[in-house]
Amino acid sequence: MAKTKDVKSSVYVSMRGITKAFPNVLANDRIDLDIHASEIHALLGENGAGKSTLMKILYGFYRADAGEILLRDKSISINSPQDAREHHIGMVFQNFTQIPAFNVLENIALFLPDLQPVYKQSDVEERINEVSIRYGLHVDPYAIVSQLSIGEQQKIEILKLLLSDAKILILDEPTRVLAPHEVDALYEVLDILREDGYAIILITHKLNEVLACSDRITVLRGGEVAGTLLRSETSEEKLVEMMFSKKLVDVQKTEQGVQKISDTPILQLAGIETQGEGNSTSLKNLNLEIHSGEILGVAGVSGNGQKELGDVILGMEKSLAGEKLFFGKDMTNRPIGDIRRNGVGFIPENPLLMASIPYMTVLENMALTNTWRYSQQGGLQVDWEAVRADYQATQEDLGFPFSLYTLPRSLSGGNLQRMVIVREMTHDPQLLIASYLTRGLDVQSTLAARQALLKACENGAGVLLISEDLEELFALSDRLIILFNGEIAGEFIPSETTIYEVGHLMTGSEVKYVAER
Amino acid sequence: MSQNDKNMLKWNQIFQKILDSAARYLMMGFVVLFLFGIILLITGKDPIQSYKDILTSTLGSQYGFSEVIVTMTPMLITALAVALPTRIGLINIGGEGQLYMGALLATWGALTFETLPVWALVPLMGLLGIIGGALWAFIPGILKSLGLVNETIATLLLNLVAPSIVAYFVFGFWHSPMDTNKTPNFVDAAQLPTFFNSRIDLSFFIALVLLAIFWYLMKYTRWGLEMRAIGGNPQAAKRNGLPINKYWVIVLCIGGAIAGLAGAAQVSGFYGVLLVNFSRSLGYMGFLISWLSFGDPIGIFITSFVVSVIITGGNMLQLTIGIPYAVINILLALTLFVVLAKPTFLKRITI
Amino acid sequence: MTLLSILGMISSAIFSGTSLLYTTLGETIHQRSGIVNLGLEGVMLISASSGFAVTAITGNPYLGVFIAMMAGGIMNMILGFLVVTRRANQLASGLALMFFGFGLSAIIGKPYVGTRINALPRLNLPGLSSLPRLYSSLFKFDFLIILVIPAAFFVWWLLFRTRWGLGLRAVGESADTAFASGRSPFLIRYQALFLGGMLTGLGAAHLSIAYTINWTEYMTGGRGFIAVALVIFSKWHPLRAILGALLFSGAVAFQLLLQSSGVQISPFLLDTIPYILTLLVLIVWGGARRHAAPASLGRIYQGVE
Repeated sequence: MAKTKDVKSSVYVSMRGITKAFPNVLANDRIDLDIHASEIHALLGENGAGKSTLMKILYGFYRADAGEILLRDKSISINSPQDAREHHIGMVFQNFTQIPAFNVLENIALFLPDLQPVYKQSDVEERINEVSIRYGLHVDPYAIVSQLSIGEQQKIEILKLLLSDAKILILDEPTRVLAPHEVDALYEVLDILREDGYAIILITHKLNEVLACSDRITVLRGGEVAGTLLRSETSEEKLVEMMFSKKLVDVQKTEQGVQKISDTPILQLAGIETQGEGNSTSLKNLNLEIHSGEILGVAGVSGNGQKELGDVILGMEKSLAGEKLFFGKDMTNRPIGDIRRNGVGFIPENPLLMASIPYMTVLENMALTNTWRYSQQGGLQVDWEAVRADYQATQEDLGFPFSLYTLPRSLSGGNLQRMVIVREMTHDPQLLIASYLTRGLDVQSTLAARQALLKACENGAGVLLISEDLEELFALSDRLIILFNGEIAGEFIPSETTIYEVGHLMTGSEVKYVAER
Repeated sequence: MSQNDKNMLKWNQIFQKILDSAARYLMMGFVVLFLFGIILLITGKDPIQSYKDILTSTLGSQYGFSEVIVTMTPMLITALAVALPTRIGLINIGGEGQLYMGALLATWGALTFETLPVWALVPLMGLLGIIGGALWAFIPGILKSLGLVNETIATLLLNLVAPSIVAYFVFGFWHSPMDTNKTPNFVDAAQLPTFFNSRIDLSFFIALVLLAIFWYLMKYTRWGLEMRAIGGNPQAAKRNGLPINKYWVIVLCIGGAIAGLAGAAQVSGFYGVLLVNFSRSLGYMGFLISWLSFGDPIGIFITSFVVSVIITGGNMLQLTIGIPYAVINILLALTLFVVLAKPTFLKRITI
Repeated sequence: MTLLSILGMISSAIFSGTSLLYTTLGETIHQRSGIVNLGLEGVMLISASSGFAVTAITGNPYLGVFIAMMAGGIMNMILGFLVVTRRANQLASGLALMFFGFGLSAIIGKPYVGTRINALPRLNLPGLSSLPRLYSSLFKFDFLIILVIPAAFFVWWLLFRTRWGLGLRAVGESADTAFASGRSPFLIRYQALFLGGMLTGLGAAHLSIAYTINWTEYMTGGRGFIAVALVIFSKWHPLRAILGALLFSGAVAFQLLLQSSGVQISPFLLDTIPYILTLLVLIVWGGARRHAAPASLGRIYQGVE
């Protein structure tokens, strides 16, 4: 398909007056959106702005309360993903719609619209290879998906769309989990797709990516369209202004006012080894120290042992060799309860799955890490007044307003993260493990969360900050280690290295990056 | 608002809730009666007369009512044996087996310590029943906490084993001179005291106390909070420092102990003797009642009561209009189907 | 121990294992689609009784087998309505189905207790006719036995080589993903239940019309529960189910053999061996087994708002 002016200017699909309300929130309020063929259209907005909801409506996952969808000026009704795919609309979700237990071929075959009732694996394999060679999306068709990296899973997802004949591709935060070089590769793929006439919708909140690759940008704010702009007529400042109403200040770590609570390191890991089961990573000969008042940043592409590192410190994962010392005291393979009682706070990467009980109120969730602290008469009663008082105080400190009486499952991702942050910050943690602290938070809350982290440091806590956001790590860390394949691939003082050097260690490339960018 | 007004409001709400659920039960009752009526018509019986018989024979007479209580007693206890582990996300389908093992050990106590006085022997049998059930639940509990075997399947398999062990002891060692499939009748000191000139025995009151303890435990205590957390999301609970493996073993053992107590109460109270295959799916019934009532103590009471009316009434029907006992199972199943098909009850339940 | 007694043991293992294997295959299909059917016991009883009754009335065992199949499929539709449409708990619904089966089968079968029927004919296998009659009679099989291994391969082919099977397994792994791929998890689960129910019905038919040639109340004797165990034992794989069913019925036959050769062990303790064996195998397989289970087994699919 050739790229012509004609195609480019024609509206391929448009959404008119789309409105969708959820029990507590109006997610989309009369949204209009036009998507052209041969364009990359970025959908920008902070968390909860309604981007994902809008696209899930286009893909038939939700039904809009009002509004209509036009395909080449003809009104169509999309009531299910099946309808959407019949109209050549395809979507890559944030959580991929893949089945971990299936192999790549089966996952792709599942989404082939013209799969024969009795299909030959070799035929499907051939078709996969055809497309994967053309767009540089190489995968082994017989690999089990659960054993693939997230970058590879994303390739499968895109392959699925291309093979199922989608012409409109919706990508929901595709770069969220990718390493820098994988991001570049993805944009190369998207570029070729645009040349071939595909319409690509990119949901994101990363400004630099928006400016680097998209043709047009629509900004959503609070469920409404704040504006649609050509890339050429916009700038970073302008977009930020449209996304947020308030001005932002960034935080930076300062050395002032740190009260050291101990001279011995708060945490020492010496020669820790773990055995990863299934698709988790094994840690190999891990040595690190965290001192009072210090933030140790952990960089790395997810899946290189970050989760396991946090878990082994918490006691969730058994260490097969080596020692784990808290304040010089051996705590290797002690139960999590004991570790927790030593003042260890833990903010996991997935707050819904790993930190909250969906059907217990927020208040009850708050009490969980400290049931021993709040029990009365030996456990026959729980002092709810004290729980409330403690956590309300922290909430006010951090400026995180949410009700203590709702259920976590009805909180948005951001509020859930706030809930966990409040809980873990409340009892003056001495060691704080924060995985992807700001994932899912909007800019305001990101700032507050970072400030809270720094405040904990000032009070003498040691912090292990696991993140993929290199800018965050560089801004906050005193020291930085890079995890690759379960090993520490490098250790730096942030001011003495560059993002590119770290980025290359993260991806395990042999050559160190020397040149200036 | 004064404290008094607040209390009034609270009681109003509770009253409203009770009314709502009563209306719901009533409606479902009509559906069941309608369906069963069709079956009765097909088999050539008069449904209206049959229902009248069921009601008058159960709720209409003091004797019938006491029989309903007697029938519901073991169900209350076995339902609790399921409801408690359910709260921490364990599916204990093994009430049946735990019941048998409890009965087995209690019977051993009754036969061995015949000479003890009643105030010593009955508690001893209860204790032995508790131990028997707990031991039988300990196996799946420990297998679960070691990550070896899922508790649902382990308890299910052990259900198939326990009745054979009971049969082995009864046929092999304990059977009475007259009858090979049961032990001699227990001495009086081994029998639970009864009340109100009926077959209602002490175990009914024990069941009520257990239900009350269960309610308080889950609602007010630290352990209840922790158990609900483990049931709600074991991974998060574990990361929050709760010893979930310990809970798994202990709570499953307590569940087994409760079922074992029901077994002891059956042989010590209801039968006064150990019969081979005495349970007739009491354990499974407990499982059903627990799930139908959402593991809620009041719900357990109501559901057990309704099921017992059906079973007791069905027994009477068998005598009066001569339909086979199996029909009771159909009536029961229809009731269960109707309740299960009611989605508002069960929205949250997944295994 | 004579050759004859060993061959006899193998023969009886095959006879008793057939119904178990059909049922296990049926349950494999249910569970691959994400549904645990604990009501197999009840489904089997209804199939066995209705198949037996129809055979007794018409004198045609093939018709009996067909009716048993249909009865199994229809019984499972009740479960489907509860767990798929009404989103009820699967285990509780299965047990309710079991009680229903207890009751209904007793009523269906009551007039036919002790009735003699035309059993499913046993066929002479080519090559066996040269053996002494005593031996060859051990290996005269009915068509359900002959078809049971092919049936396992058929189920394997269906699950792993067809579009329908791919969708079915996808529903069992993640109903949301299957929905996103344009399939209806509801419809697929109903289909799985119907097909699985028909296989269960075949197993029950073999029990009453070909193997015991008899109807008694509760004649399945826990086979439904054993099939659930065997599905796990075979890691949800139809071909491994062959091995599981043979091993299990072999254990039963071995117990018979021990008794006939005069070994003094209580039959009641021997009864427990198969269950304990299954548990031991599960323990040995341990944690690895979990990874084979369909990921959304037992989960309720809520659909979209």
